[in-house]
Amino acid sequence: MDVALARSWIAAIAAAVAEQADYLTQLDSAIGDADHGVNLNRGFTAVAAALSSAAEPAAVGDVFVKTGTTLVSKVGGAAGPLYGTAFRAIGKALPAGSSTVDAAELGVALRAGLAAVQKLGAAVPGDKTIVDAYGPAVAAFEKAAEEGLAVAARAAAEAAAEGMRATIEMVARKGRASYLGPRSVGHQDPGATSTWLVFQALADVTR
Amino acid sequence: MKKFVNDPSAVVREALAGVAAAHSDLRVDIEQQIVVRADAPRSGKVGVLSGGGSGHEPLHGGFVGLGMLDAACPGEVFTSPVPDQILAATQAVDGGAGVVHIVKNYTGDVMNFQMAAELAADEGIEVRSVLVDDDVAVEDSTWTAGRRGTGATLIVEKVTGALAEAGAAADAVAAAGSRVNEQSASFAVALTACTTPAAGKPGFDLPDDEMEIGVGIHGEPGRRREKLRPAREIAAMTVEAILGAKPLAAGSEAIVLVNGLGGTPLIELYLLYGEVAALLGKAGLRVARNLVGNYVTSLDMAGMSVTVCRADAEILRLWDAPVRTPALRWGV
Repeated sequence: MDVALARSWIAAIAAAVAEQADYLTQLDSAIGDADHGVNLNRGFTAVAAALSSAAEPAAVGDVFVKTGTTLVSKVGGAAGPLYGTAFRAIGKALPAGSSTVDAAELGVALRAGLAAVQKLGAAVPGDKTIVDAYGPAVAAFEKAAEEGLAVAARAAAEAAAEGMRATIEMVARKGRASYLGPRSVGHQDPGATSTWLVFQALADVTR
Repeated sequence: MKKFVNDPSAVVREALAGVAAAHSDLRVDIEQQIVVRADAPRSGKVGVLSGGGSGHEPLHGGFVGLGMLDAACPGEVFTSPVPDQILAATQAVDGGAGVVHIVKNYTGDVMNFQMAAELAADEGIEVRSVLVDDDVAVEDSTWTAGRRGTGATLIVEKVTGALAEAGAAADAVAAAGSRVNEQSASFAVALTACTTPAAGKPGFDLPDDEMEIGVGIHGEPGRRREKLRPAREIAAMTVEAILGAKPLAAGSEAIVLVNGLGGTPLIELYLLYGEVAALLGKAGLRVARNLVGNYVTSLDMAGMSVTVCRADAEILRLWDAPVRTPALRWGV
């Protein structure tokens, strides 16, 4: 992955979030407070503007740090800190100054992003959160990394989708959906859904 | 759903422009989305700051002024403010004696305030946080994000603001806030869902003859749904939930808030207050102070919450201290 591809990935996420904003908000209105799509769309619109106005970053990691910093400062709620911290951790875990990174290095960085999300949000697998899509996606990416970025990204997107669908049967234990207790069962988690969009975007741009 | 808006995405900023126009004794930074007391920062005074998603007005911006908050940072509707915004408000009220953040216990609020506190520490500002989690409708806090911050936030802001105004140190201000929170319990019932300007339709469907029990203040559904009953029975269920969760010794004095969620008329809130006060009296509690009205709202939700705070002499003294804000004003 080079700097241009990293930017394409972020642009693809922004496009997917914009297109699916209403769907994410609809999922969030069932078990949350009906703002996930609106907030992420505001955040990634700001990220797209920040990345296009800034001088071309020299390193892949810088693209993700910039993405994360912008999300933290524009989104609010839980999604801003969680996705912002994830992208910042991904960017910082990549070799400093590298203008290209390979699939193995990106796998290490994605794992660091997951660890940062879990540290901040204290969620474990099964809590019906971002982690339920992100965790399986990273594991699948690492397993397929030797076969190259495109194969790993596709495996990650498929695992994220499966993890996302598995949240339907889960009882929420973190975030605003947790207040519903058993009533959260039967609804797909909006955070796991947006995480799937992130990995699907990676698969799309590396195809 | 009909609303008085121009552009749903501009509601918060346009409302802040109105706050600025209406209250010339407040400094409103529309771009940064912060509301600050005109005389802040005051040298040597602890700054008291709160914030959270918009849609709960008058919380928090309506409580900025003498004897209460030094600043408020409203986020987007039902979305916590961002760290940069909280940092800017923290800097604006830092008079060198430290700043106290009053944070309602929601995942996003806690994360963003925590990040802001770390940024403030980097700038040499000492921040203490008071976490408000008074909503006893959340029963199983081990398996959830924990009890929510609701009506008691107003009492915490009043008491901490009065103590800071009197010149107390940051540790004492934060400790008093935590004590009010520990001694408070709230419970809410909704008759309708609320509609965010961005979504344009109600957050959940609630049939005409049903009520949602144990709701929060963000339009999220509650713990369960039941057939609507007479107000007397709803009041009894609410008081029972509160006293069951935080027993108050007979003979205690209390501050009681009967709060509208935005879409319930005052006539119904007073009717409920009469029922609640009688029930608390039967339980051996003396209602020393009360407040009836729309203070911690959930946009246009029809519904109400009851907050009971066990109040000792110090809390009552701080409650009675002068306050001059857009939404609370006495003693001045």
